[in-house]
Amino acid sequence: MATWIQAKKTMDLKQQMEMARRDFPILGQLIHGKPLVYLDNAATTQKPFAVIRADTAYYETQNANVHRGVHSLSEVATSLYEDARKTVAEFLNAQSSSEIVFTRSTTESINLVANVMGRSQIGANDEIILTELEHHSNIVPWQLLCERTGARLKIIPILESGDLNLEAAATLFGPHTRMLAMTHVSNALGTVNDLAPLISLAHEHGAAVLIDGAQAVPHMGVDVQALDCDFYVFSGHKIYGPTGIGVLYGKRAWLDRLPPWQGGGDMITSVSFQHTTYADPPHKFEAGTPPIAQAIGLAEAIRYVTGIGYPSIQAYEANLELYALRRLLEIPGIQLIGQPLKRASIISFVMNGIHPHDIGTVLDQYGIAVRAGHHCAMPLMEHYRVPATVRASFAFYNTYEEVDSLALALDKTWSLFHP
Amino acid sequence: MSDLLALYQDIILDHNRSPRNFRKLAHTSHEARGFNPLCGDKMTLYLDVQGVNIEDVGFEGSGCAISTASASLMTERLKGLTLEEASRLFDEVHRFLTQPPDTPVSPGSQLGKLEALGGVRQYPARVKCATLPWHTLDAALHNRLEPVTTEAEPHANL
Ligand SMILES: Cc1ncc(COP(=O)(O)O)c(C=O)c1O
Repeated sequence: MATWIQAKKTMDLKQQMEMARRDFPILGQLIHGKPLVYLDNAATTQKPFAVIRADTAYYETQNANVHRGVHSLSEVATSLYEDARKTVAEFLNAQSSSEIVFTRSTTESINLVANVMGRSQIGANDEIILTELEHHSNIVPWQLLCERTGARLKIIPILESGDLNLEAAATLFGPHTRMLAMTHVSNALGTVNDLAPLISLAHEHGAAVLIDGAQAVPHMGVDVQALDCDFYVFSGHKIYGPTGIGVLYGKRAWLDRLPPWQGGGDMITSVSFQHTTYADPPHKFEAGTPPIAQAIGLAEAIRYVTGIGYPSIQAYEANLELYALRRLLEIPGIQLIGQPLKRASIISFVMNGIHPHDIGTVLDQYGIAVRAGHHCAMPLMEHYRVPATVRASFAFYNTYEEVDSLALALDKTWSLFHP
Repeated sequence: MSDLLALYQDIILDHNRSPRNFRKLAHTSHEARGFNPLCGDKMTLYLDVQGVNIEDVGFEGSGCAISTASASLMTERLKGLTLEEASRLFDEVHRFLTQPPDTPVSPGSQLGKLEALGGVRQYPARVKCATLPWHTLDAALHNRLEPVTTEAEPHANL
């Protein structure tokens, strides 16, 4: 009986996701005469009609600058933009929407935090802890900060599985630790990090914590208050929203204390040539005309994803991922890179004697889009002593049949190179 | 799949599986390193030049089938050429690889076997793989010590 219920649930989920798939117009096209199989979702996700239409509607009927006019359109645009902030705040369970700063991307959010922390909180001999799993965008801004201030980086190593070595991590924290900046989910291996113990450890040492959620929010609900992180960042385009919009969540106490980053319009309350007073957060950190249409599109994407619901998304994606792992392991010469305890819809692998770029090119001829490369995680590639991997990354709109297509094309790739 | 077979011709697959001259030389007069930052392909090229003649050639590194085969075919071809001839060959191969895919080969062409590399012209993202060894050769001929990268390669035929 129990297994019957389980099977029925799986069927229902499949049907639900098949329906959802139809919301994505791009997925219906042919590439080299083959149905597109889009498995590069960790690079960017496709957009549902709802998001595309919100963008069009904005430009067709609502476009105006925000926070600067008393005319009707400006009021409409301003309230849509500020409503988008509320949507994001609720989505992350922030205490208030003043804790949500809109940026251009994850990258810009991290650069913002690194810059303002560097100007006010971090100095010579202070230490910033990162992990070996980080994307370059959570490495380089901190390196730049170290160059400016004389602070130092310390790196939490990984185990062979691709999970963080928590024992080694504990030894890195000390009286000089000011910051822990780490990813929630590894974009290269799919590892879902257990954040709680590291966030507590950082706080015990008086350090602030930034979590890079770029690869987490497409797959799991996030509660920043439960996590108790000080900053949480992500990109709209990886969660079915537009490019050009990113989010920086910061605890209000931090946003109050930190100096502004860029200067310009919108971030001030008064300006004279002698003195400028800054607006309160979040506007203090949003200089100039913000990405208005993109923020509205992001809010629509969030409504879309939460409409499907993370419990369904997670259940479906977990099954799909297991199926993909099983199919991949049947293929000759495949070696998985990283076998983390918990993974989020990302599988990295190499094939004996075939370079990932050649695999990428062959798969493309079968209509299959994967990423082949170092995934902006060169230190991690170094760890596994591979120049690159092939990464298949899944979304809820991917199907079991698409996994079959991938497996078949990989089989053909193997035969092409090992005749 | 005909495009795929045009890219991965037997001769390319063969040179990828068993690259020729994949070794350091006992005596090296010219050496250069090439790196494709986008995909991590790396190579070091060694030339043993006596007078104006290339007596021996070797390479080491790691890369995809296209860059490995391109390097292997190149080293095979370079042996016995003068520096001047090698430089002209670089020009011709570079021009050939960055032309639109259906450009006919000119009558006096010296390409020969190297024409097999032409399959990449259908794959703009892969042109750099084929040109990397040749840019490295150009650097070696000019004794440039900085590693060359293929980043500046124009997407002439996009
Ligand atoms: C974990 C992680 N962090 C940061 C980024 C950078 O995101 P963006 O390019 O949208 O700023 C990415 C995207 O590639 C990522 O996967």
